Amino acid sequence: MPVANLEWFLLIGAFLFATGVFTILTRKNAVSVLMGVELVLNSANINLVAFSRFVRSPATLGPTSIEFPLQGEAAHHVYGAAWIGGNVFAAFVIILAAAEAAVALAIILGIYRNLGDVDVDEVTAMKG
Amino acid sequence: MIAALGIRLGDPAAYVFLAFAAMTCGSALIVAASRNIVYSAYALLLTFFGVAGLYAFLDADFIAAAQLLVYVGGILVLILFGVMLTHKIRDINLSNETTNPIIGAAIAGFIFLALAYVSIYTKWDVVERTASPTTGEIGKAFVGKYLLPFEASSVLLLGALIGAAYLARREKEKP
Repeated sequence: MPVANLEWFLLIGAFLFATGVFTILTRKNAVSVLMGVELVLNSANINLVAFSRFVRSPATLGPTSIEFPLQGEAAHHVYGAAWIGGNVFAAFVIILAAAEAAVALAIILGIYRNLGDVDVDEVTAMKG
Repeated sequence: MIAALGIRLGDPAAYVFLAFAAMTCGSALIVAASRNIVYSAYALLLTFFGVAGLYAFLDADFIAAAQLLVYVGGILVLILFGVMLTHKIRDINLSNETTNPIIGAAIAGFIFLALAYVSIYTKWDVVERTASPTTGEIGKAFVGKYLLPFEASSVLLLGALIGAAYLARREKEKP
């Protein structure tokens, strides 16, 4: 088992989440708000991977809307073990974070071109 | 006492873990509190490194590598570009103003305490499992059970690529 308990990782994740929320709530600079969002996403990822590593997973892949032809032990070898689900979810979160950062920075650059500033309090119009 | 702390203090790896945890939390505090946005951005680099180390301690080798490649190599560079492009480079004070820090700290502190309470007092169904490589399992999951979200995320990335390029380009001068 890892050197530390599940609770250690959950506490680190909770701390990162709280600092991320603080950053989002208090910053006026849009780039700083984006940094807070990245902290929150990282904290969620730590929790996902920690639960994937520590907590008992269902014996099979569980109910899905898609019929898989293989079940039981054979399914693990072909579709991947059930406990990997948290890691896969974390990989999707990383993909989403990359897309989100690219689009958010493009929007921030557009705001800067139009307003000459990236203060989130100044951005009050949807059009114009 | 040591068992109650939930960490194997006799193991040298425990101190490496504590160092990574301290690096993650400390640099996250700098991100949240620094008055200079460039300091915040570089502290975010340390946070991402620390989180990658924590993934390594969770035996998630693929996620740790992806964290380094995507976050440190991609997102952080994007954020630094964002900082550089949205400030006049001659500004000595790259300001990073804070509003209502007391209310924000109260909300964040309440969230942390609530999450910590749930984390510590819940009886988690922890199971012993030996560490095994995750990359092959993740690959099988991507082309097996999670094939549809995997393909959807590739379309999402393409859309984000085109959308970001469209949003960030300069308006053509009207003739």
